[in-house]
Amino acid sequence: MANLKIGDRGIDFALTGTDGKKHSLNDYSAMHRAVIFSCNHCPYVRAWEDRMVAIQRDYAAKGVQLIAINSNNAEQYPEDSFENMKLRANEKHFNFPYLRDEDQTVAKLYGAQRTPEVFLFDRESILRYHGAIDDNYDDPNAVKRPYFRDALDALLGGAKTPIPETQPVGCTIKWKSS
Amino acid sequence: MVEIRSQAIHLEPRKRRIEFLYWEECQSHDEALSRLRKVLTEDRIDAEIQIICVQSEEEARRLRFTGSPTILVDGKDIQPPTTTNYAMACRAYQLEDGRISPLPSEAMIRRALNRES
Repeated sequence: MANLKIGDRGIDFALTGTDGKKHSLNDYSAMHRAVIFSCNHCPYVRAWEDRMVAIQRDYAAKGVQLIAINSNNAEQYPEDSFENMKLRANEKHFNFPYLRDEDQTVAKLYGAQRTPEVFLFDRESILRYHGAIDDNYDDPNAVKRPYFRDALDALLGGAKTPIPETQPVGCTIKWKSS
Repeated sequence: MVEIRSQAIHLEPRKRRIEFLYWEECQSHDEALSRLRKVLTEDRIDAEIQIICVQSEEEARRLRFTGSPTILVDGKDIQPPTTTNYAMACRAYQLEDGRISPLPSEAMIRRALNRES
């Protein structure tokens, strides 16, 4: 269960991205921001990541910024290492920051459990949507409910999010042993 | 004079042995099992399905489980894995159009069931 409820304020962070720079939620405070817990190895992320790139492309000019965060234990899942994150960001032409949450603090603060898992904040940093990107990880042409896009459209149109919360679908976040 | 008789030999289709291995935390296993059963029904393939829930990392290593779901037909993986990282994880299938999915396609399942063992 996420630690943030719809209507809660976002939690800031400062994490290093594959571009070598530090990024924070507040860096983009003039924009609606979607923090997406993600990773390299998960097949659900791999099924959805082209759609993430498409959403950023379609909504960038409307003042939306996606921020992907990888919190996975890279010792157990070497594919999720920072070096491999750089390769993936280049390979898939990520048009959003892809950040490394090495000690998993941010994932724990947010209560994230899956990859991918979307937390959409408005310009006031209020959580407006949490959950899955859409209702069909397997076939992008068979999506019936584009939850994330619908939430963005509502936000941009000043309307109430039609479905503010859905169950995130994906791999579990790979935690380090304490 | 030699009389030649021919006799048609009817072979019983061999019952296929299927192992369906999954990890509970990976959410695609219900749909994958449903696809497997659909193909078996549509193609009228007689098969015995053993469903195995992998419950520990040790069991994953023992079973050489590279991810959920895994479908073995007469001992052969429907898409031979490219990793030897045995773990309780979700499996990535490469589909016919090059996309990656947590689910095997019906076509993939069908090809595996129809190939010679």
